[in-house]
Amino acid sequence: MLRYLLHKIALLIPTLVGITICAFAFVRLLPGDPILAMAGEHGVAPARYEELKQQFGYNLPIWEQYARYVGEVATGDFGVSISSKRPVLEEFKTLFPATLELSFFAMIFAMVLGVPAGIFAAVKRGSWFDQSLMGTALVGYSMPIFWWGLLLIIFFSGYLGWTPVSGRIGLQFFFKQITGFMTIDSLLYGKWDAFRSALSHLVLPAIVLGTIPLAVIARQTRSAMLEVLGEDYVRTARAKGLSSARVVGVHALRNALIPVVTTIGLQVGTLLAGAILTETIFAWPGIGKWMVDSIFKRDYVVVQSGLLLIALIVMAVNLIVDVLYAVINPRIRAA
Amino acid sequence: MSQSTEIAPMAAGSPDRLTGFKTFWHYFSVNRGAVIGLFVFILLVLAALLAPLLAPYAPDVQDKTAFLRPPAWQAGGSTQYLLGTDPVGRDILSRLLYGARFSLLIGAVVVTLALTGGITLGLLAGYFRGWVDVAIMRVMDLILAFPSLLLALVLVTILGPGLFNAMLAISLVLQPHFARLVRAAVMAEKSREYVVAAKVAGAGHVRLMLATILPNCLAPLIVQGTLSFSNAILEAAALGFLGLGAQPPTPEWGTMLASAREFILRAWWVVTFPGLAILITVLAINLVGDGLRDALDPKLRRS
Repeated sequence: MLRYLLHKIALLIPTLVGITICAFAFVRLLPGDPILAMAGEHGVAPARYEELKQQFGYNLPIWEQYARYVGEVATGDFGVSISSKRPVLEEFKTLFPATLELSFFAMIFAMVLGVPAGIFAAVKRGSWFDQSLMGTALVGYSMPIFWWGLLLIIFFSGYLGWTPVSGRIGLQFFFKQITGFMTIDSLLYGKWDAFRSALSHLVLPAIVLGTIPLAVIARQTRSAMLEVLGEDYVRTARAKGLSSARVVGVHALRNALIPVVTTIGLQVGTLLAGAILTETIFAWPGIGKWMVDSIFKRDYVVVQSGLLLIALIVMAVNLIVDVLYAVINPRIRAA
Repeated sequence: MSQSTEIAPMAAGSPDRLTGFKTFWHYFSVNRGAVIGLFVFILLVLAALLAPLLAPYAPDVQDKTAFLRPPAWQAGGSTQYLLGTDPVGRDILSRLLYGARFSLLIGAVVVTLALTGGITLGLLAGYFRGWVDVAIMRVMDLILAFPSLLLALVLVTILGPGLFNAMLAISLVLQPHFARLVRAAVMAEKSREYVVAAKVAGAGHVRLMLATILPNCLAPLIVQGTLSFSNAILEAAALGFLGLGAQPPTPEWGTMLASAREFILRAWWVVTFPGLAILITVLAINLVGDGLRDALDPKLRRS
């Protein structure tokens, strides 16, 4: 198992190097001079320009610049945001829990609905339920989620007035972060109205972000379940006279869930890409909105480091999924 | 398939090819959704081609007496503007019809670019293996390490906002899927008898790759191409929505949504129709994709 883990990590090294090269190259590929870009509309005095060039190391040969960049990143120095003047890593740390909370609830929504729906569709294959579920799943899978979010706002926030239009929690509530999850923090402080506010802000964005994963999980669960239901050991279980519920719920489900777990893990990239759109629509203060805002503010230090940090997270999650998969399914380890 | 068909054991002459199409259509038409999808897609292509004839107005004509006019069936609407008008008095129906041109163009261009790049790289990697394979596939892994929309966003930041750059960025992001698919297929086919036979008969590298192996990897490529077509439309619309794709006043659907955003609570129709157009188009193409997969690739068949 340890060998498998080390092998997997070794395979990631080229990707890791590649990611840092991409982030490093990003600022240098931008049209125009990076220092002038950072200075913005106000421009910069020639003396100060030279000073900055020295400071950022732009006068060094390119490979020395890269080595310097890697050194900075490795020691946790991700630069300082041009617009807010705060360290990028610090901003990331305050914003990331918001994205994490949103993604977490989106995934819960997708799994709680998707897995049972997929199982039921497989068991009742070809039924009215199966056909309409697969139709709905395909609609969900084809959904432009930025439009879906706007529709939900029109209906639930505008027409029914049930949920707020944007933000993460009512402005009247303020408390220090404990976990960074507003729903959990508000409960820890025992503030029920804050919890209700946080939850009502969270519902629509979580549904929007969870829609595509929901469709993918439902489809994947159904086909994995169908495959397993045709296996010999399921027939054996049935032949032994076990109840249908036990055959489906115990014998088939455990094996069907293996590919489903992988699918869930692979949705992380989709979730982060979806978070960019969802957070923009609902003004949710997470890293997706932070990236888009920074692109428009031309805060390239944030874009560069955000790109790097997000890619690292995706990579780490994929590694965890790979390892979990090997834990569940010993056949993988040998390969 | 010209000369290599004489060598290939499963040669497809012209009469066989006709039966081939019949078998394909048989499997494809079993899937009712796929046929509906194809029908809708053909309608969309017609709408795009005939937009100047079908659209009651030019896409950028503004009627200063009719800002945010609701659709015909709602109080205050008139048959003059069937789907209503946008905040600057342009006919939404006309803009949607012209927008179909952009979406289909985006899909076609992106798939062509991603296919060409992906096939070339996948063939090279799978055929030559060794360091060529390692180098190409590591770069593909790298592209896949970033969430697709984020990478497209960053690329557009470098290239500058605009429809063409958005298409370039999206093709780059979608390309690894094709490269991986072709590489896997080439590796599976490379040691089969018909390839060895062609090699013994004296076929060179280029001929082996393009004429002998590639035609036998087409089925999964067609399926992936269809799915990428819809993906490209979605991503381009997302970029347009974020303000980094097609720029106003282009009647691209995502861009239309972006400029309608501030009116969502006042005028539901400016938001609803462009998004519905995106959904219908993407859904139709995905339905066709599902049908193609069932008909072309028994291994991938949805059970």
